[in-house]
Amino acid sequence: MKVLLGLGQGSDAASVLERTAERTVAAGDDLTVAIGGPGSLASVEELEARARETLAEFDLDASVRIVEGDLGSRLVELAEQGGFDRIVLDGGDRSPMGKITISSTVEFVLLNARTSVTLLR
Amino acid sequence: MSDQRPYPDEPAGPFPEPPRSFTDADGREIELRAFAGESEEREGLVEMYTQFDPGDRAQGIPPAQESRIRSWLDTILADECHNVVAWHGEAAVGHATLVPDEEAFELAIFVLQEYQKARIGTELIETLLGYGASEGARKVWLTVERWNHAAVELYRKTGFETSDAESFELEMTILLAEPK
Repeated sequence: MKVLLGLGQGSDAASVLERTAERTVAAGDDLTVAIGGPGSLASVEELEARARETLAEFDLDASVRIVEGDLGSRLVELAEQGGFDRIVLDGGDRSPMGKITISSTVEFVLLNARTSVTLLR
Repeated sequence: MSDQRPYPDEPAGPFPEPPRSFTDADGREIELRAFAGESEEREGLVEMYTQFDPGDRAQGIPPAQESRIRSWLDTILADECHNVVAWHGEAAVGHATLVPDEEAFELAIFVLQEYQKARIGTELIETLLGYGASEGARKVWLTVERWNHAAVELYRKTGFETSDAESFELEMTILLAEPK
């Protein structure tokens, strides 16, 4: 299965990367990681370095790319153009109270993707 | 990062402060008390939340299992939070909380199913805001699922105004007046 992982600034990057990498290895999936804003370019590059590190730890040969512009719409576009089967996103953001919150990226992807969408909790 | 939410221009209040008691719409004597950190109070809340109807859960809270309820309560009953509990005799039947978020507070309120629609929510939220204001809280925000009309109406009546209508959940804010 071709899987597209979207990684944004608000994500719990370490946990999302590890869980996706584990799943990719177990299922023999073909993984692409797309990293984007909002946020400064420096923090996007930091995320990218972290993603490459985690993928190396799992011995995964996945492609990692930085996407510019709105992450949600870029993910939907990439998934369609690249023939992906699934988009994976961090869906576990919580407010100070502990309420689950849906980021604008997650909302856009849920409403507009034509692939299945997995939210990691 | 500072709070970018829009708040109403006019402060709301004054709101009543705990402890208070009143007779609810079903004739039950309800007491509203600020949470003082006693273990009996905490156990009363654990009891209430383990009975909570999953259909009344909002955005993942309260959690379902007792162990998760306890760790969630540890977060929202911490010293820097403000909590008011509605008691019917020995039983906790409602709970409202203010959890700090930088300079503002996030609010949530829960009323046990068989005590809903009896005015407890209205009294509880007003008393929590009165308590919060007396403890120095000024900016309060909350999120609510848009289809939860009863809750949205309660918040609006209390003085909350919609600050963000573009997300999945409706966000509302209130500015509390300094108590006299």
